[in-house]
Amino acid sequence: MTSIEHAASLLEEAPPAENAGERASWWQVSPMVAVLTLFFGLPMLVVLAVSFFDFDRSDIIPAFIFDNYVELFTREVTLRLYASSIKFALIVWAITLLLGFNIAYFLVFHVRGLLFQIGLFLLCTVPFLTSNIIRMISWIPFLGRNGIFNQALQGSGITSQPLEFLLFSDFAVVVAYVHLFTLFMVVPIFNAMARIDKSLLEAARDAGAGRFRTVFEVVLPLSRTGIALGSIFVITLVMGDSFVVRTMSGGQSASVVSALQNEVAALQYPPAAASAVIMVIIVTLMVAGILRLVDVRKELAR
Amino acid sequence: MTRINRRLLLKGAAAGGAIAATEAITGFPTVWAQNAKDITLVHAGGSYAAIKEIGEQASKDLGFKIVMQAITDDVQLNRSLTQPTTIDINNIDSTKLPYLAGKGVLASIPVTKYKLWGETVPLFTKGSYPNGQMASTQGLAPIEAMFYEAADGKKLAGRPTDFLTMIPTIYNADTLGIRPDLVGGRDKITSWKDLLDPKYKGKTALVDYAPVGVMDVAMALESRGDFKYKDKGNMTKEEIDKTVKIMIDLKKGGHFRSFWSTFDQSVNLMASGEVVVQSMWSPAVTAVRSRNIDCYYVPLKEGYRGWFVGLAPMAHLSGLKLDCAYEYMNWFNSGWQGGFIAKQGYYSAVPSTAKKFLTPEEWDYWYDGKPAAVDIKDPYGTLMEKKGSTRDGGAIWDRMGNIACWNTVMDEDRYLTRRWNEFISS
Repeated sequence: MTSIEHAASLLEEAPPAENAGERASWWQVSPMVAVLTLFFGLPMLVVLAVSFFDFDRSDIIPAFIFDNYVELFTREVTLRLYASSIKFALIVWAITLLLGFNIAYFLVFHVRGLLFQIGLFLLCTVPFLTSNIIRMISWIPFLGRNGIFNQALQGSGITSQPLEFLLFSDFAVVVAYVHLFTLFMVVPIFNAMARIDKSLLEAARDAGAGRFRTVFEVVLPLSRTGIALGSIFVITLVMGDSFVVRTMSGGQSASVVSALQNEVAALQYPPAAASAVIMVIIVTLMVAGILRLVDVRKELAR
Repeated sequence: MTRINRRLLLKGAAAGGAIAATEAITGFPTVWAQNAKDITLVHAGGSYAAIKEIGEQASKDLGFKIVMQAITDDVQLNRSLTQPTTIDINNIDSTKLPYLAGKGVLASIPVTKYKLWGETVPLFTKGSYPNGQMASTQGLAPIEAMFYEAADGKKLAGRPTDFLTMIPTIYNADTLGIRPDLVGGRDKITSWKDLLDPKYKGKTALVDYAPVGVMDVAMALESRGDFKYKDKGNMTKEEIDKTVKIMIDLKKGGHFRSFWSTFDQSVNLMASGEVVVQSMWSPAVTAVRSRNIDCYYVPLKEGYRGWFVGLAPMAHLSGLKLDCAYEYMNWFNSGWQGGFIAKQGYYSAVPSTAKKFLTPEEWDYWYDGKPAAVDIKDPYGTLMEKKGSTRDGGAIWDRMGNIACWNTVMDEDRYLTRRWNEFISS
């Protein structure tokens, strides 16, 4: 009997064993707790401590000052950076959600046969066999001023001049994000939809619901754990990114993290740490907001 | 706090090692050579300088082992400051000195230990060009960076003393790279101000690195006559504000196509025609040309932006290891390395030794700015320039003798980084 089965059997036992079950689940989470404490909790504490430090050109000086935060909150650029990162997060979230939901819906409800379903699902992951840097950078020659897309547009007479906004622009950043992150939306939604009892759809149809009503009133509510999880993935990935923004905007746009990186490169750790602390708080709040809307834990245990 | 303790501990350990080593070398020279065999020196620097082939040649010539580590600038600073014992020979560019000098991580070099000082170009020994004229001191000039006040290496002297901060190795003169075919000819861009010319709107780029990006714009603004800087290499807050304001307006007006952060990006921007004039490094210009696309490292009338790099032994070296470090640094400028990097377009601090490792045709092309009498190849044998071409900008002192400003770290670098972040996000 594996430990999971063992724990499951413990959990299923009658109330008297509840204490033992509780103890077992504590043991079960302990490795995760240890890993998180060691590799997330402690480093985060260090970052928090350093965010109150003073610094000169090449040293960080232990102190307890609020200057780094004061500077962060009084600068207009902070607001602009967050506005830009949140803007990207929302746009990319909306697009990946639309794509992810439809792809998952197609895979679950339109594709017949489990084998075929899984086969197509695996096909979605094929691009992930190459590094995401390569996948992103390949957009550059495609979208460039003299790139394939512009040449095609001009060649077919649709445009007379190359479209400049295609590359090194917000547009290019969004294209790359959507390309990179859609799968993170597809997988959890696929998973949630696959658990929907098909007879519910039949019942909806029998009760006279049309196709769209079924989607909106049956499938959508029942996929919301998947949507919530996918949203968490996409939003945290976009908020924490610096590389895609930097490369695809040609350095024209910045994100919170790319500004933080500039500070790190100039050895200005305390302001970078302060910026990181605020970033963690904001992203945590965003995730908490999503989890408040959808109680993922409860729904998964359903 | 723990960092300080750990560092003390490491220092203690290094001192212990030093005593053991000193005891070991009281014997005969043969013992010395025997022991040197087991020495390994870690040479860390930028990928353009810490080249594997150079380390292999040095190991062969010297009998002890050189390990080359190519690392990025921020990693280099971090390792130098927080784990100084992981590096033995620090291949730093001059702009790292303001971060590292006086921190107890670099050792000063007594001039007497460096045999080639007398043959070194006067730019480093006296701060002057070979014709005796003093070089610009805007930015961090060689004369300001090369010397410590005393052996303790606490303070930069700014004048010749007996204690070197580093052995100067390679240097070059940077300027703008252009696409002659797309701007209408090589003679269409002659001044830094052309970087800001509305004609090239949407077709210019800067390096995404505040100290250089801002300085390139400052050169342009000064030549356009917007205002005069007291020292472009050490701007006041007001000067930074004035400059960044104009840069933000330009950016909002769509003047810049891109800000590149890697060598390859700068090559691709130029080769693809996204950009026709931009800040660029000299080997990137060559890389564009090797794709059969014309690219020109254009000499500008206001002069070049200069930079230089050197080798500094780390402070933890002692005894035999330190002796080997000196021997290695002397080897470094004794010719082989100078010949190798000349073929990548960089100059050696001791050209007379590099000359021995170049063919007369190569010397004429790289150093004297004469038309290539034969095809010019890079150190790996790949064709770089066809017979008959001349080096952009001409001979060494036509280029290095006309430096307007040196790469630097400004006193207000903290403010500069902040404003640069605002610029990029605007």
